[in-house]
Amino acid sequence: MKFDWSAVGDFMPLFWRGVVVTLEVLALGSLMAFALGLVWALAQRSSLKVVRWPVTALTEFVRNTPLLVQLFFLFYVMPEWGVTLTAMVTGVLGLGLHYSTYTAEVYRAGIDGVPVGQWEAATALSLPRSRTWIAVILPQAIRRVVPALGNYVIAMLKDSPMLFAIGVLEMLGQARQFSSQTFQTVEAYTVVGIAFILIAYPASLLLRALERRLVR
Amino acid sequence: MSDISWGLWKLLLNGVWITVQLTVYSAALGVVVAFGIGIARTHRLRIVRFLSGAYFEIFRGTSALIFMFWVFFVLPLAFGWQLVPMWAAVLALGMTYGAYGSEIVRGAIAAVSPGQREAAIALSFSPAQQLRKVILPQAWPEMVPPFNNLAIELLKGTALVSLLGVPDIAFGAQLVRNATTRSAPVYTIILVMYFVLAFVLTRGMRVVERHAKAGIGQAPPKRAGLTTTLSIGKQTSPIGPVARTAAGPTTGAATEGEA
Amino acid sequence: MSADSTPNTPKNTASGNDVASGAASGASTNPAVDGSELIRFDKVTKRFGSHTVLDALDMNVYSGKHVTLIGPSGSGKTTILRLLMTLLKPDEGTITLAGEYLTHEKKGDKLVPASDKHSRQIRKNIGMVFQQFNLFPNMKVLRNITEAPVHVLGLDKDAAEERARELLDLVGLTEHLDKYPTQLSGGQQQRVAIARALAMRPQVLLLDEVTSALDPELVAGVLDVLRDIAHTTDITMLCVTHEMNFARDISDCVMMFDAGRVIEFGPPEQIFTDPEHERTREFLSAVL
Repeated sequence: MKFDWSAVGDFMPLFWRGVVVTLEVLALGSLMAFALGLVWALAQRSSLKVVRWPVTALTEFVRNTPLLVQLFFLFYVMPEWGVTLTAMVTGVLGLGLHYSTYTAEVYRAGIDGVPVGQWEAATALSLPRSRTWIAVILPQAIRRVVPALGNYVIAMLKDSPMLFAIGVLEMLGQARQFSSQTFQTVEAYTVVGIAFILIAYPASLLLRALERRLVR
Repeated sequence: MSDISWGLWKLLLNGVWITVQLTVYSAALGVVVAFGIGIARTHRLRIVRFLSGAYFEIFRGTSALIFMFWVFFVLPLAFGWQLVPMWAAVLALGMTYGAYGSEIVRGAIAAVSPGQREAAIALSFSPAQQLRKVILPQAWPEMVPPFNNLAIELLKGTALVSLLGVPDIAFGAQLVRNATTRSAPVYTIILVMYFVLAFVLTRGMRVVERHAKAGIGQAPPKRAGLTTTLSIGKQTSPIGPVARTAAGPTTGAATEGEA
Repeated sequence: MSADSTPNTPKNTASGNDVASGAASGASTNPAVDGSELIRFDKVTKRFGSHTVLDALDMNVYSGKHVTLIGPSGSGKTTILRLLMTLLKPDEGTITLAGEYLTHEKKGDKLVPASDKHSRQIRKNIGMVFQQFNLFPNMKVLRNITEAPVHVLGLDKDAAEERARELLDLVGLTEHLDKYPTQLSGGQQQRVAIARALAMRPQVLLLDEVTSALDPELVAGVLDVLRDIAHTTDITMLCVTHEMNFARDISDCVMMFDAGRVIEFGPPEQIFTDPEHERTREFLSAVL
């Protein structure tokens, strides 16, 4: 068995297209996970049971079931309910929703980590509740959780190949298509495998450096 | 749901059995890898630390699904190793999640108070005895909660094998969907199935944790609130940060002065 | 070096520039039972980064002597104990125990740093009690004491348990042998730690600030046990402590450390009542 470098060359244009799709999915999915996670975290601190309970139940459920099955659920069930979305949008929704249940925990820990004295000081200054959150608590909480959020971006990157299962042509999808057309299986999958390490490893080094700077 | 016949139910239940087997076998391999690599990463020889660290970094940077594809499609072509799909899946899952587990093991070992190792040295225990009698028994209870999180990630990860034709729950769902031409019932059912499996897993690990804590004279942890009833709560992180938290808090029970 | 470090210690008996042979023999009221030289530090230097903790230290301790090391924190007292226990390695110099190198071993004619195996062999003769007790929380009290005798010395289990029970009796904790360390008070834990160290029948017992982590009301119980051991056995003791009354009670010799050097040594009654050195006087007036 020889490794055919010309096949690598043939695969490269498709590969780059896959990289772009992967990064798009990752960027949009991350934004959604960050935003939705914050919503969950705040809802779980609500004084209303009717808000707290359903949100906790939903996030527990989503976090403890496989992303792949959730993607299938969105992809196949939503149209039955009359909502038809492209594979790409479905993928971003699935990834973002799944990881929002993790980022919610991160935010929660970050908010809990803000010293009680900060709340007391805000109260002593008669700051309104919204102002307390926006100006005092969240800026401190989010600063602390940036590295942890970054780790989930890397985790999302590694889960993004699942999206090929609903037809998104990200890196793995391209490799699969290429290998089924040319039978150059070894080359395509190896290129994609190495690409992941090349992206994820520097990213995790970067995060560790960031963590040292932000979290003391 | 009535349109799912008994035959299709059987398909799904067989899928549950396959998923359970996959989880158990992969976890077994994963535990071996986690301890092997995790302990090697604390070895006093630099070369051992480097190689085991490289293993960890490579698998941390690798997507489990892509590695699985690689084992399925590239290994047979490139090296002529053709594995039964089930075992290829176990190999891929065990090696990947074992790598994450190694960080839990390494972190828990590092969190044992240095005084414990010193006391073991002062009693002339050999390095292997230090590890077996003193360090690991104390590190173990610290590992159980993060291992629980990791086990749930592994359970979720087993769904990937359906893409490679292993007839697990998710694979069964595809067949049922094709047969009934309806998606909502079957996908709802299998999501609940996964959730129940995760619940059972967490309950089991809770028992393990209680035993582990009792084994070093600590009271079992108290938990309260909704997440206790749901019982799967309190897992703050998936794979990446799981590893980090493992290195976090230390108990070092003996060093904390008065009991 | 060492001679310079103790310019005004006229009671230096045996060899003019050997600090602690004086230390030990200075305390020897009865040279006949002194036994032989047991521990020897030969020009031992230990640095942490650019900070020199021990500076070419020479000292020796004779068999059966009880030596107390005093001095301000950071003066290198604890480092000496940790070097002896091989928890640290010296940067320069050698340490011998009963004539055998602890830190080094002979390869042909050359002296090379000791292998793990070699230092493990030699250090079996040394026991240590730590400031933080360091009992193994995963083992009950009895097993804390029997584990090393059984698995390191190869004692059979019954004999080890027999010995452990005697030692628990000595430290007054017989009724607690089936408890986990976390179920005991700090003072009780420390007494178990003493029993654990003695169970190895070491020639030398190192005591590293063994009462510093204890609540004041628990200190006396631990010190009583140690007094008992000091007066009834012939074990050699090296003790770092801030309990000056205790030091006075059990020591044959007190050594005053400052900045990695021994600046003064002698029998306790002399050091505590009539120290030669200004630093010693300052230190004692601060702690007494």
